[in-house]
Amino acid sequence: MNEQKHILSILVENKPGVLSRIVGLFSGRGYNIESLCVAETMDPLVSRITLVTMADTPVVEQIVKQLHKLINVIKVYELTGSSYVQREMSLIKIQAKPEYRAEILRIVDIFRCKVVDVGQEHYTLEVTGDEGKMTAILNLLKPIGIKEIAKTGIIALFRESNGGLKDKD
Amino acid sequence: MKLTGAQILMKMLKEEGVDTIFGFPGGVVIDIYDELTKTDIKHILVRHEQGAVHAADGYARASGKVGVCLVTSGPGATNTVTGIACAYMDSIPMVIFTGQVPTQLIGNDAFQEVDIVGITRPCTKHNYLVKRTEDLARVVKEAFVIAASGRPGPVLIDIPKDVSSTKITYKEPKKIELKSYNPTYSPNMKQLHKAVKLIKNAKKPIVFAGGGVVLSKGSKELTELAHKTQTPVTCSLMGLGVFPGTDRLWLGMVGMHGTYRANMCTGDCDLIVAVGVRFDDRVTGKIDTFAPNAKIVHIDIDPTSIRKNIPVTVPIVGDCKITLSLLNKLLDKEDLGNLKTKRKKWLDQVEKWKRTTPLAYKQKNIIKPQYVVEKLYELTKGKAIITTEVGQNQMWAAQYYHFKKPNHFITSGGLGVMGFGLPAAIGAQLACPGKLVVDIAGDGSIQMNIQEMATAVQYGLPVKIVILNNQYLGMVRQWQELFYDKRYSGTNMEHAPDFVKLAEAYGAVGLRATKPEEVESVLKKGLSSPKTVIMEFVVEREECVYPMVPAGAAITEMLLA
Repeated sequence: MNEQKHILSILVENKPGVLSRIVGLFSGRGYNIESLCVAETMDPLVSRITLVTMADTPVVEQIVKQLHKLINVIKVYELTGSSYVQREMSLIKIQAKPEYRAEILRIVDIFRCKVVDVGQEHYTLEVTGDEGKMTAILNLLKPIGIKEIAKTGIIALFRESNGGLKDKD
Repeated sequence: MKLTGAQILMKMLKEEGVDTIFGFPGGVVIDIYDELTKTDIKHILVRHEQGAVHAADGYARASGKVGVCLVTSGPGATNTVTGIACAYMDSIPMVIFTGQVPTQLIGNDAFQEVDIVGITRPCTKHNYLVKRTEDLARVVKEAFVIAASGRPGPVLIDIPKDVSSTKITYKEPKKIELKSYNPTYSPNMKQLHKAVKLIKNAKKPIVFAGGGVVLSKGSKELTELAHKTQTPVTCSLMGLGVFPGTDRLWLGMVGMHGTYRANMCTGDCDLIVAVGVRFDDRVTGKIDTFAPNAKIVHIDIDPTSIRKNIPVTVPIVGDCKITLSLLNKLLDKEDLGNLKTKRKKWLDQVEKWKRTTPLAYKQKNIIKPQYVVEKLYELTKGKAIITTEVGQNQMWAAQYYHFKKPNHFITSGGLGVMGFGLPAAIGAQLACPGKLVVDIAGDGSIQMNIQEMATAVQYGLPVKIVILNNQYLGMVRQWQELFYDKRYSGTNMEHAPDFVKLAEAYGAVGLRATKPEEVESVLKKGLSSPKTVIMEFVVEREECVYPMVPAGAAITEMLLA
């Protein structure tokens, strides 16, 4: 199987139970969800779901068609294979013994992230970026001692052909 | 105009042209039932909610209209689930109304509360919980549109008690606008041209039709295509009847219990024109050996049916009837050459398969189930509406009753629900009062919804039930005989009620045949009765359905006896 990561951007009606229909479709048909982000768009009647799944080409084709079939789904875009921007945010709580504090702040500087909470024994960092950046910073922080981590999962949008970034919806 | 939710519901049902509802009352639907008596909508009181859904299903399949049922909350609602899943698998248009506890109690584990919208989410085309009486009219209107359009299916509406009892100022719902729901009816012409080219160049084509052709009412167009192109036709179980079972080009059903020639054709053909089918595993057998030499044109209104199970050369999304009639028009403009000579070799081959390996059984001194179905076919001249239960009875009905028209074979194809046939027959009889409706049943499955005998008798419905009694759960027993060294685990049903007395106890007629020479007279007597009749045929206990493709084998590898 040539399983590959696919990012789907799904516009749905902002109604109760819609997310459950989508998640139920994935579990019921044996598709997987790597990450999932949901929030309202500019139009409060519409929500955008950004969903990452691992699947081969015929399966992802089925997934897109099955999603379209749900009455509350307005549009499904597959971003993988076209030009898009993606971001993920993590909150990383890290052990911050005095001897490591300078090192942690150096990493924060290099990766252009922020310290959002400081304690006697820890820092909480806010990191935003694509997957590559996330992996890189985690690899650097692991030896220092990560206590907890919370990730948003990927959100993504098409790049406009003129290079601009707009959210039409 | 001030109306209660229940009154609005009745108004909407009348607008949708509903004349029959199958249901079972309960605490939270009392207001609705109270209003129901003030309309001319016929209510059929079933004996179990599963029966209501199958009856509405049978009604929908026989009439082509939307089936409607009404049940209460909690157990009333959960009892509908099998029937809903069945209708969903077979794409049957249906609207199911369930009562719900009052809105302020939802989530409190109230008496007879269940999250039926959550439970049925994966087995309905769509479902609704109506939280405000103001939304009810719109939701009902939407539900009927969704149920009947595109690839049809069941839609459930959950109505809390207070929503049906609250009085509001009624406003006519606006025109239905479903933002994202827009089924494709007209096919892409470019794809159609590709299909024409393949059909023109094919040497050994077949047409493979399914339930989609029944649903789109495309039987005439399909028959025209087959005759025009001199292409033999096979059907899935769900498609039986869309092509006359007496036609020279008819191959019989394809699949696990398909005819030898139909299955051999799929192995040998160079083109399959598949219409309204979904290439279910019971049709394809081992998927990577299915139709190895064939290009496939696949016409279906549901894009998810295409390329779900098998790769397709030319996918065409569209309504079967519309697509077939456009295809026929395009083919009319083509010079197809002398088809008689062009197809001779292929049709001769098909004929040879038919001659050497027909469907066959030997009637000796014990009644063979196939003989009963064949006699039934003869006596009814192939004109009866046949419903079936599930298992051997269903397969013998499919093999030995040669359907001439669509909407005459009503069977639980996708989900395979034992206990489907009797309530479905009740629904079909209500849809077609003048028609002969026969449920072909086994002794196992008839007992799964036998309580609906009371419904049939109460409403004077002259449905005929043919029980092929082998005192086994026959299909599982067959698998055990063939693949499990005859270890008959859990399939022996030696103890059954006396079906003749049972029929009489329900106020119906009971007849029994134990010898082959009694079959015809029992059938004649039963079929001519104006009452509900059970005809029990004590048949050969260990008869198997042949041909049979073992699970996981190629469709051309059949056990023949």
